[in-house]
Amino acid sequence: MSEIPILSILIFIPVVGIFFMLLIRNNDDQSSQNLKHTALWITFLNFIISLSLLFSFDLNNPDFQFVEKYAWIESGISYHLGIDGVSILFVILTTMLVPICILASYESIKFSVKEYLISFLALETFMIGVFCSLDLVLFYLFFEGGLIPMFLIIGIWGGERRVYSTFKFFLYTLAGSVFMLLAIIYIFISTGTTDVETLLVYNFTTNEQLILWIAFFTSFMVKIPMWPFHTWLPDAHVEAPTAGSVILAGVLLKMAGYGFIRFSIGFFPDASEFFAPFIFSLSVIAIIVTSLIALVQEDMKKLIAYSSVAHMGFVTLGIFTFTVQGIEGGIIQMISHGIVSAALFLCVGVVYDRLHTREIARYGGLVSKMPFYSFSFMIFILASLGLPGTSGFVGEFLVLLSIFTVNTYFAIFATTGVVLAATYSLWLYRRIIFGALIKDDLSEMFDLTRREIIIFLPLIILTVFIGLYPKPIINIIEPSTEKIVNQIKMKLD
Amino acid sequence: MAHSIILLPLIGFLISCSLSFFKSNKFIDRAAEIITSLFITITAIFSFYIFIDNIGDPSFVSIKLFNWISSGSFNADWSIYLDTATRVMLVVITSVSALVHIYSVGYMSHDDSKPRFMGYLSLFTFAMLMLVTADNFLQLFFGWEGVGLASYLLIGFWYKKPTANAAAIKAFIVNRIGDFGLALGIFTIFIVFGSIEYQTVFNNVTSFKNVNFNFLGIELHALTLICIFLFIGAMGKSAQLFLHTWLPDAMEGPTPVSALIHAATMVTAGVFLVVRCSPLFDLAPVALDFVVLIGASTAFFAATVGLVQNDIKRVIAYSTCSQLGYMFVAAGLGAYGAAMFHLFTHAFFKALLFLGAGSVIHAVHEEQDMRKMGGISNFVPITQLMMIIGTISLMGFPFTSGYYSKDAIIETAYLSNSNFADYAYILLTVGVVMTSFYSWRLMFLVFNGKTRMAEEDLSKVHESSSVMLIPLIILAIGALFFGFLFKNYFIGYYSDVFWNGSIVVHHEDHHSIPLLIYYLPAILGIAGFIIAWFMYIRKSDMAKNIAELNKPLYNFLLNKWYFDELYNSIFVKPAMAIGQIFWKFIDGLIIDGYGPNGIAALVSRISIKAKQVQSGFIYHYAFAILIGLSIIITFIIFRF
Repeated sequence: MSEIPILSILIFIPVVGIFFMLLIRNNDDQSSQNLKHTALWITFLNFIISLSLLFSFDLNNPDFQFVEKYAWIESGISYHLGIDGVSILFVILTTMLVPICILASYESIKFSVKEYLISFLALETFMIGVFCSLDLVLFYLFFEGGLIPMFLIIGIWGGERRVYSTFKFFLYTLAGSVFMLLAIIYIFISTGTTDVETLLVYNFTTNEQLILWIAFFTSFMVKIPMWPFHTWLPDAHVEAPTAGSVILAGVLLKMAGYGFIRFSIGFFPDASEFFAPFIFSLSVIAIIVTSLIALVQEDMKKLIAYSSVAHMGFVTLGIFTFTVQGIEGGIIQMISHGIVSAALFLCVGVVYDRLHTREIARYGGLVSKMPFYSFSFMIFILASLGLPGTSGFVGEFLVLLSIFTVNTYFAIFATTGVVLAATYSLWLYRRIIFGALIKDDLSEMFDLTRREIIIFLPLIILTVFIGLYPKPIINIIEPSTEKIVNQIKMKLD
Repeated sequence: MAHSIILLPLIGFLISCSLSFFKSNKFIDRAAEIITSLFITITAIFSFYIFIDNIGDPSFVSIKLFNWISSGSFNADWSIYLDTATRVMLVVITSVSALVHIYSVGYMSHDDSKPRFMGYLSLFTFAMLMLVTADNFLQLFFGWEGVGLASYLLIGFWYKKPTANAAAIKAFIVNRIGDFGLALGIFTIFIVFGSIEYQTVFNNVTSFKNVNFNFLGIELHALTLICIFLFIGAMGKSAQLFLHTWLPDAMEGPTPVSALIHAATMVTAGVFLVVRCSPLFDLAPVALDFVVLIGASTAFFAATVGLVQNDIKRVIAYSTCSQLGYMFVAAGLGAYGAAMFHLFTHAFFKALLFLGAGSVIHAVHEEQDMRKMGGISNFVPITQLMMIIGTISLMGFPFTSGYYSKDAIIETAYLSNSNFADYAYILLTVGVVMTSFYSWRLMFLVFNGKTRMAEEDLSKVHESSSVMLIPLIILAIGALFFGFLFKNYFIGYYSDVFWNGSIVVHHEDHHSIPLLIYYLPAILGIAGFIIAWFMYIRKSDMAKNIAELNKPLYNFLLNKWYFDELYNSIFVKPAMAIGQIFWKFIDGLIIDGYGPNGIAALVSRISIKAKQVQSGFIYHYAFAILIGLSIIITFIIFRF
C-alpha cells in the first residue's frame, strides 16, 4: 500500500515524543507536570491514530493489511510491518493502556519523572512493534527491546525488593528468548528468509518443526507465563509500580500469546499438534494450581498476579485446540484479561496510593467510605471470575467449549478453574470492601478522584460492552482466525 | 409488551442503583422505591395479561433481539421466547417480585441504603426474566449466573455482618459448582446437536435418541449425559441434596429477599430447567431416575432437618428445600406439568410464609429465634391469619392451592412404574407428615403458648403497616385459590391445549387410585397438625423430653446431618492447604530454589571459586603459564 505508513507512525510517535521530552530540562514540579502532560497527550494522540485503523480495516480480508515493506539488512531480512484480525486488537489495547498508565502515575511517581515517562514511551514503541512486525528479526528486536524499559521501571520505581524482582524478570525472560534467537538464526540459514508471510506457507520438516517449536515455546512459555515457569511474575508484579503492573499484565503477557498463535501454530503445525496434550496439561495444572495458590495469598497484587497465570492458562488451552472457537476465545480472553487485570491492578493502586500497603488484612469495610471504588472493583472482580455479561465470560466460554470438543478430560479440570476463580475473587473482594470499617487508619480513606474515575470509566464500559455484545470484536478476529485454522488443517493433511 | 417486561426491571435497577450513589435522603429513597415498585408492578400486570390472554388458545412467540456470541458454527442470540412454560414463570416471577418490592418499602423503612436494596431486587428480577425468556442455553446461563449474582449481593446486603458475607460467598460458590455442571451440559449439547438453540435441539431430539458421546474415554448415551449435567446445574440452583448447604445460610439476607429469591423464584429455576428440557429428559430414563432419587431424598432429608431448627427462617428454608424435592420427583417421573403446577402454587404460599415470617420478625424486634417468641397472636392477628393460610396450603389441606399440586405429585409417584417410584412415594408420604408437623410447630412456637419474650419487649410487639400486610393478603388469595382455578390447565383436562407443546405432557389415569391412597396425604397432614398441637400446646415440655431422650439423633438433625462440617473438612481445608503447599513449598522452595535462585546461587559460587584464582601474585600466574605450556607441548608431541 502506497498510502500513509500508519503502522510506522504508530510505532515511532512515542520516539518523537521522547525527543520532545528531552527538551524539557528543569527538574522542578512545574516541569515534571509538563512532562506528564506531554507524555499523556502524545500517547493519547497515538491512541486516536490507532483507532483510525479500525475504520480503515477491511473486515472481509483475512490477510495482512496496512503492509509496509522495505529492504533492511539482507535480501531475506526486511522492515516488514502489517496487521491482521489477530493483531489489530492488541495494537489498540496497547495504545489504550499506555495513556491510562501515564494517568495512573500522575500522583504516585515522585522522582525521576522524566526518565520514568521516557521508559513508558519507549516501551510503547516496542510493544506496538511486536504486534506489527512481519519479520522475525524485527519481531525479536521489539520483543526483547521491551525488556529494557520494563527492567528499569521495576528496578528503579519499584518496591522494596525491586532489584531481586527485576533481575529475576529480566534474566528469566532473556534466558527463554535465547532459544528463540537461535531458532530464528536457524530459520534464516535454512530458508534464507525471516519474512513471516513467506514462512507461513513454508513447510518445515517434522524434525525441524519439533526442535524449532521447542525453541519458540521456551521463550513464550516463560513470558506468558506457564506453570512451572511462572514464579517471576508474582515477584515482578508485587514490586512493580502500579502502571508497571498494568502494562505487564495488560500487554507484555499477551506478546507471548500472540507469538503462540502467529508463530508456534502458524509455522509448526505438526509439532504443535504433537505437543498439544503437553500444553493442555501444563495449562490445566496452571489453572488449578495457581488458583489454589491465589486463594491463600495475603498480598493483593500477588493474588491478582497468580490469577493472571490461571487466566493465561485458558488462553493456551484455547489456542492449541486449533479450532475457530478456541483461538477466538483465546484472543478474546487475552483482550479481556488485558482490560480486566489492568483494571484490577489499578484498583490495587488506588488504595495503595492512600494507605501504602498491599496487605489484604490491613483493609476491610471500604465500601462505606468508597462507594464508587467498590462499584468499579466489583465490576472487574465479576469479569475476572467470568460472569456472563462481562468480557471475561466470552473468552472463557469459547475456550472451554473448544477444549471440550477436543478432549473432555482437560475440559473437566479446566472448568473447575471457574469455580476456584469465583472463590478467590469474591474472597479478596469481601476482605477489602465488605465488613465493618473498624481499622483506624482506614477512616481517612476517600473515594475515587476525578482523575481516577477517568481512568476507570473506559475500562468499565469496555468490560461490559464486550460482555454483552462482543460481535464487533469477533467480526474483526474471525476472518483471520478462520484462515489460520484452515492453513493448519491444510498443512496437517 | 414482551420487550417492556424485560426492560422495565432493568431500567428500574439502573435508576435505583444510580440513586444509591447519592447521599441518602427522603426524596431519593422515595423515588427509588416508587420507580422500582411501579415498574415491576407494570411488568406484573403485563405478564398476567399475557398469561390470561393465552390460557385458552396459547400462542408461541420468539423474538430475536440481537446477536450475542457467534464464533465459527457457534451462535447465541439475545432473545425473548414466549411459550406457555415461560408465561407461567413470568406470572410467578413478576407478581411475587412486585409484591416483594412493595413489601420491602415497609420492611426496609429503617434501613439507610434503600435505593441499593430496591435496585438489587430489580436486578434480580431482570436476571430471572432473562433466564426464563431465553431461546437458547447460553442466555439461560446468563440469567442463571445473573440471579446467582443478585442473590450474592442480596444475601450480603448487610455487608457489615461477617455471617452475611460468608453466606453470600458460600451461596455463589456452591451455585458455581452447579453451574459447572450446567456449562458441561451446554458444551455437550453443542457438540451433539451442533446448536444450543431450544428449537433446533428439541425438534431434532428424536434423531439423536441413540447417539453416544465419548466422555472421559467412556461411550455414554449422549442424552443421558446431557441431562445429568443439566440436572447438576439444577441441583445447585434448587438446593438439592449435596448442593443444598447454601440455602439455609442464605437466610442471612433480608427477609423479602428470602421470599423472592430463596422461595418463589430463583430456587425454582432448577425445576424450570428440567421442565424446559423435558423433551431431552423424556428420552433419558437413567437421568430421570437420578432426578427422582435426588428429589425424593432431598424432600425427606430437608424435612427431617426442618423438624428441629429454631430459627424461624431456617425452618421455612428447609421446607423450601424439601418442596423443591417434591417438584423434582414429579419432573423425574415424567409429570412435568405437575412439577410446574407445584412450582406455581408453592411460589405463592411459600412467599406468603416468608413475608409473614418477616412481619413476625419485625414485630418482635428483629429476633429470629423461635425460642424467644411465643404468645404474640393477639398482637399480630392479621399476620397470624395470613401465616395460617400459608401453612394449610403448604401442608396440603383440602381445596387449598398446595393440596392440588402436592396431591398430584404423590399420586403420580404412587402410579408410576419408574425404578425409584416406590422409594419416592414412601419418602414423600412421610414427608407430608413432617411438613405439616414442622409448619405447625413453627406456628405454635411463634404465636401460641406462653410467651418467652421479655416483658418490655412483649409490650412493644405490634402489627405491621398496611404496606406490608396488603402483599400478604394478595399472596394469601393465590395460596388459597390458584390451585383450584388453574388445576385443569396445568395437569387436568385442558393440559394439552394449555402447554401447547412447550413441555412434554403424559396422561395418567388417576381414577384407578384407591380411596385410601387418595385421601392419605390429607389425613397425614392433619395427623402432623395433631402431633404438633399435642407436643407444643397440650404438653409443652414433651418436645424437650423427646429431644433429651434421643440426644444423638436430635443433634444429628440440629446440625443438618453435619454436611457443613463434612464439606469443610474434605473441600475447604484441603483446598487451602494445597494452596499453601504449592505456594510456599513447590513455588518457593522447589521451583525458585532450584530454578532462578538456585542458578543464581550456583553462578555466584562458581565466580567465588574463580575469583580465588586471581590472587595477584606473579608466581601464581607464572606457575599457571608453565603448566599450560607443558600441556600444550605434550599435546603437540603426542599428536604428531
